[in-house]
Amino acid sequence: MGGHFVYMDYNATTPLRDEVKAAMIEDLSVYANASSMHEAGRRARDRIEKARAKVAALIGARDPVSIIFTSGGSESNNTVFNTMYDLGRAEKGGAKPRRKIITTAIEHPCVMNAARRLADEGFPVVFLGVDGSGRIDLAELERELDPNRSAGGPTLLVSVMAANNEIGTVQDIGAIAELAKASGALVHSDAVQAAGKIPIDVETWGVDYITLSCHKIYGPKGIGALYIRKGVRTEPLIRGGHQELGIRAGTYNNQGILGFGLAAELALRDLDSFAERMRGLRERLRKGIAAKVPDIRFNGHATHVLPNTLNVSFPGAEGEAILLSLDLEGIEVSTGSACASGSLEPSHVLMATGVGPELAHGSIRFSMGRGTTEDDVDYVIEKLAPIIRRLRRMSTLPSSVAAST
Amino acid sequence: MSDTFQWLYSPVVKEHFMNPKNVFDPEEGFTADSEGVVGNVKCGDQMMFMLKIKDDRIDDVRWKTYGCASAIASTSMLSEVIKGMAIRDAYSIKPADIASRLGGLPENKIHCSVLGDKALRAAIDSYLEKTGRPGAFKGEEAVVICNCLNITDKDIEQAVKDGTRNWEQLQAATKIGTVCGGCKPKAEELLHELVHIYGN
Repeated sequence: MGGHFVYMDYNATTPLRDEVKAAMIEDLSVYANASSMHEAGRRARDRIEKARAKVAALIGARDPVSIIFTSGGSESNNTVFNTMYDLGRAEKGGAKPRRKIITTAIEHPCVMNAARRLADEGFPVVFLGVDGSGRIDLAELERELDPNRSAGGPTLLVSVMAANNEIGTVQDIGAIAELAKASGALVHSDAVQAAGKIPIDVETWGVDYITLSCHKIYGPKGIGALYIRKGVRTEPLIRGGHQELGIRAGTYNNQGILGFGLAAELALRDLDSFAERMRGLRERLRKGIAAKVPDIRFNGHATHVLPNTLNVSFPGAEGEAILLSLDLEGIEVSTGSACASGSLEPSHVLMATGVGPELAHGSIRFSMGRGTTEDDVDYVIEKLAPIIRRLRRMSTLPSSVAAST
Repeated sequence: MSDTFQWLYSPVVKEHFMNPKNVFDPEEGFTADSEGVVGNVKCGDQMMFMLKIKDDRIDDVRWKTYGCASAIASTSMLSEVIKGMAIRDAYSIKPADIASRLGGLPENKIHCSVLGDKALRAAIDSYLEKTGRPGAFKGEEAVVICNCLNITDKDIEQAVKDGTRNWEQLQAATKIGTVCGGCKPKAEELLHELVHIYGN
């Protein structure tokens, strides 16, 4: 295979940082139940609380108690939506509770499906559309928040992801939360992709809930967190013991939490330099592809974008075929093509930006990270051009026609 | 990334994906006696077959496809299989024959291989029309779907070609399922597949 191996799928998951791996291995012998009162239990608990403070610091949360550890992003998101089910369902002394849910058409499937479940239960649910760059329209959000100008009554929750996993588009969560708060709605943001790549500050953003996942910031899989603003009621998704203020039962995942804490600490420490290096690599990749491959389209926002994410459509070539061709050259990426998902539907994110099915099927996401070098970027550019040329030569679809649609 | 871990598909699929046979090259000067195009770019695949036909035998073949690795490999394999074959025999090749020659395809990839034979059939149909025998092979290999009214898969295929897109339209066009209704699940599945193929 020539020996060159390039991982460019960091938005899917990241490798463990060496420091995190070493700390977790060292911690593996700590077997005590962190809920136990004896000394070993108290020692284990101390490590967890230190980790909690580090995760809180990553998102500017003043009080570590506002961080609840979960099994990951999907559980955190489901905890929020499950809470909305309880809040919106209850009749309080004859008063009708808020029930309307506003989210977007480009959320991660766990938010989309949790929102759809609420819609099935009779909640008014709105999936805000996005513009061609993947951003929501604040005027539309304002209109949806106003019961006099839209259906569904007063809004219970506004849930907008901070940054999109596929196209990297970053939303203005501060402005979104301000509008939502003015109408009395709760605000949630899935910040799984944003964490460690752009600054997050729960106070400036003014949100009630933030979802985090550890394996996207060079920590272990199977551990995540939900930030809950003080005083915001939250129902447990998993009931049981009194762990995590009764909001999330289950024996503490000692090593996962320890790894999360260290990964968060290092992500915060390195944030500026990491983001700057990523921006440089992204620009090198963008320019290189633009110079070597004709008739392409870059997806997502030009500036409000994650520094590590570049999404490109290659009209005339199909995404799975591109992905597998790159794979044979040792390059690992992802695609928005339906053929890679087993369904007939291409990426719902790209379709929401209005690019059309041809461009969605022919899209490739390059997501870079700590291990990516300039050599890697140059290797990808070198290998990509002939692959696209080859696939386009055997294609029924003229690339120039598709590129102009 | 390494040779030690198996590829997503069979080695035969990989070979035909990386080194496809009989791909149309505009510089080669291939002139076809007939062409057939099917597929729906919305669903991510489109296929074209070009045939040179001598004495009702496929003398040579070229193809193009916009599609995934399975689609490319399936079409490449199909193009090898039909060389020298009588058009009547080529007309009845089924996707399953091609999939098995490829060493199998994952369940969710079978639909990627169903376009090749349809494009081939479209090209043969076009040839038959040109040579004054329109629809000569129609009804061959037909499978009865609706037993009450003797409606075949070919009838449904023709209805879709003529513009049918949903169950109501299919019933209006063929009266299918208006007696016992027992064929509906099977017929709807076929309709869905055919709309995917001819729907655009």
